[in-house]
Amino acid sequence: MSAVSEREAMEFDVVVVGAGPAGLAAAIRLKQLAPDATVCVVEKGSEVGAHILSGAVIETRALDELIPDWRKRGAPLNTPATEDRMLFLTETRSYRVPMLGTVMPHMSNHGNYIVSLGEVCRWLGGQAEALGVEIYPGFAAAELLDEDGRIAGVATGDMGVTREGERGPNFAPGMELRATYTLFGEGCRGSLAKQLMARFDLRQGVDPQTYGLGIKELWEIPASKHRPGLVQHSFGWPLDRATYGGSWLYHFGENLVSYGFVVGLDYANTWLSPFDEMQRLKTHPSVRQHLEGGKRLSYGARALSEGGLQSVPRLSFPGGALLGDSAGFLNVPKIKGTHTAMKSGMLAAEAVADALANGRPAEPRSYTRRVRQSWLWTELRDVRNVRPSFAKFGTLGGALYSGFDAMVLRGRAPWTMRHRHADNEVLDSAAGSPPIAYPRPDNKLTFDRLSSVYLSNTNHEENQPVHLRLRDPQRWRSVNWDLYRSPESRYCPAAVYEAVDTEAGDANGPRLQINAQNCVHCKTCDIKDPTQNIDWATPEGGGGPNYPGGM
Amino acid sequence: MKLLVPVKRVVDYNVKVRVKADGSGVETAGVKMSMNPFDEIAVEEAVRLKEKGAATEIVAVSIGVQQCQETLRTALAMGADRAVLVLTEESPEPLAVAKLLRALVDREQPGMVIMGKQAIDDDMNATGQMLAGLLGWAQGTFASKVELSDGVATVTREVDGGLETVALTLPAIITADLRLNEPRYASLPNIMKARKKPLETIAPGDLGVDVTPRLTTLRVAEPPVRQSGVKVGSVAELVAKLRAEAKVI
Ligand SMILES: Cc1cc2nc3c(=O)[nH]c(=O)nc-3n(C[C@H](O)[C@H](O)[C@H](O)COP(=O)(O)OP(=O)(O)OC[C@H]3O[C@@H](n4cnc5c(N)ncnc54)[C@H](O)[C@@H]3O)c2cc1C
Ligand code: SF4
Repeated sequence: MSAVSEREAMEFDVVVVGAGPAGLAAAIRLKQLAPDATVCVVEKGSEVGAHILSGAVIETRALDELIPDWRKRGAPLNTPATEDRMLFLTETRSYRVPMLGTVMPHMSNHGNYIVSLGEVCRWLGGQAEALGVEIYPGFAAAELLDEDGRIAGVATGDMGVTREGERGPNFAPGMELRATYTLFGEGCRGSLAKQLMARFDLRQGVDPQTYGLGIKELWEIPASKHRPGLVQHSFGWPLDRATYGGSWLYHFGENLVSYGFVVGLDYANTWLSPFDEMQRLKTHPSVRQHLEGGKRLSYGARALSEGGLQSVPRLSFPGGALLGDSAGFLNVPKIKGTHTAMKSGMLAAEAVADALANGRPAEPRSYTRRVRQSWLWTELRDVRNVRPSFAKFGTLGGALYSGFDAMVLRGRAPWTMRHRHADNEVLDSAAGSPPIAYPRPDNKLTFDRLSSVYLSNTNHEENQPVHLRLRDPQRWRSVNWDLYRSPESRYCPAAVYEAVDTEAGDANGPRLQINAQNCVHCKTCDIKDPTQNIDWATPEGGGGPNYPGGM
Repeated sequence: MKLLVPVKRVVDYNVKVRVKADGSGVETAGVKMSMNPFDEIAVEEAVRLKEKGAATEIVAVSIGVQQCQETLRTALAMGADRAVLVLTEESPEPLAVAKLLRALVDREQPGMVIMGKQAIDDDMNATGQMLAGLLGWAQGTFASKVELSDGVATVTREVDGGLETVALTLPAIITADLRLNEPRYASLPNIMKARKKPLETIAPGDLGVDVTPRLTTLRVAEPPVRQSGVKVGSVAELVAKLRAEAKVI
């Protein structure tokens, strides 16, 4: 199927995979330091920003360093965060956490901006192109070029392959993008980063990565209700005390509200449906009052890395390095990964520029040292115990521990809590999980999955191989169905997985239907499948969501 | 023979369009834009004619804002040889577009203009016909098949209830319908090569055309939400409902 021999190739000094904050910051920094270096960025979204899904309240620390005059250059950071609220919810009430800045200093957003991260990336893309970076959206890096013990670049996927894997009439072979150094900024759970970790054993000696799934809606609300700059977070209801997660709600832009919900993918109850939790949370007065009378404009979902420092793998390998969320540089208690992703990209670029100028050694080793000497490392070190404390003590215990950690220990605890299990290992069986009854959508405030996915503008060319593969198709029945009753049909936020023919009398027995064209590339199935039987591969380039401005 | 292929930058067909809160138009800020699908078909047809040896040069033209350059680059990556951008502040009305194209035809002297039958944003379906009128050329609209021989284009047209075949003496205008062909991908190597192909930018004034709008948009509104259906128990109930509620009989 692959067209190795007829593939064209192009040489660059550096190839960057992924036009997120990490990849674009790396490309820009590189051109600042080595203007003559040839730098190419590939992005699987149909345009830069099309696949970016975030909150987002961002810190400008990395941006200030990268492009000090970003205000003058019209960066789309227009809504300063002005008011912080943290709510603890019960089913009917909400309690505001007092003295937020002291008890949870990481939740203070003074000086930060509420943005559409997709728009910020489009702007960063323009800045990169102005410096001579070549950006190619609509092309996924599908394959590592693994030669003589090092990564020599990537190849984009073939286009025009039919569902059966044959060459269709419009077949166009992929292209080899060869480079001295390849930087992987694929974001959380990168499909090539996953291969790299196995290939070079990058996770040796570190904790398993843990994840959360974030599901988001963009709303336009009546001007009379809009309070630009308001940042509200909640924890507690509707999740039980053993499950980590909470909501965000940000007022920004022109009458826009970003609302969303994150749940830790170490949840145990197989009946839990992150999508339905996010829907029912909107019926709580503390959220309803903001959205009622408004209109939902867009929808999407994306996983985020929650392991923190304990889970950061080895960062470089012969031929390249991991950046941003692909390495797991997210500050979990802050739920902020943009500034850290950008900083890691900049540090990798500095290491690579240095290597390019000094004999081009196979591995840009100084990257790790640069990271350890930077504020990025100190920042993540100080919060390293917060997320594991929730896994250990539950919601309230975790919140108490975090306050204690922040106020008394100031992040300098002499211990480091560990992540003992990967998220796929902790799901309870259907028989052992208490069922959850979710309310039906009212189609005004709450919605079903399909009408939601529709608003992600996702699309995949229909006649192409399914990009979600079961390593062992038989196992779905014996494990996913018999033991867990198809958890993928609940955790997938895009209704990709459907258990069909489940009635007792159905001759074919229950089987899994995969509606791959709905996929929004959140990567949850690749993470949470109990036996890691689902493998997410890049579909034909340009496929996937098309998140509009504002998302 | 030289071919002229006009291409328009429109909101991508995957995007669910949204009317601006003030009803002045459709939201395009931060929305993914791409080449009008019917224009892709027109480019493909031109490239196939060139590959068959029936054409020697393909000139792609776009009229609109600076970002139309991206649309032109796509046409170049698909196989056009060079591109012209007529830079305007917004997308002009069909008559102004047709006048600009006439001026370009005078300048470029193509043997044929192949264009999409309509743009999916305003569905006007007028520019090709207007251009044919202004030039006094033959037109083959809604083409699902084009064959060339000895200065004659034989065009199969999709008309109500069937197919019509017309013979046009060149020079002529052809507007592409959906079934004319399936456009190729703009492959990555070709996109890279397209960066080096010539792209010229000119102003409407250079062509002596005034693009001031003549139409006024009063209001843009979303279509009414479809009401959910009801199940009727009997034919009598259906008739009663059609008469009393739907008022159609
Ligand atoms: C729900 C949610 C809320 C968040 N809220 C905030 C917040 O409020 N503040 C904050 O600072 N951070 C927030 N974050 C975190 C922040 O969004 C991420 O840390 C940041 O986006 C990581 O940047 P990145 O460049 O590493 O990856 P990403 O932003 O994920 O970008 C990766 C890019 O690479 C592309 N790509 C991936 N694989 C390939 C491939 N094989 N070939 C080609 N292209 C590829 C993707 O399409 C994407 O464009 C949030 C994250 C989520 C999920
Ligand atoms: S199929 Fe997997 S990656 Fe795609 S939306 Fe569903 S859970 Fe996310």
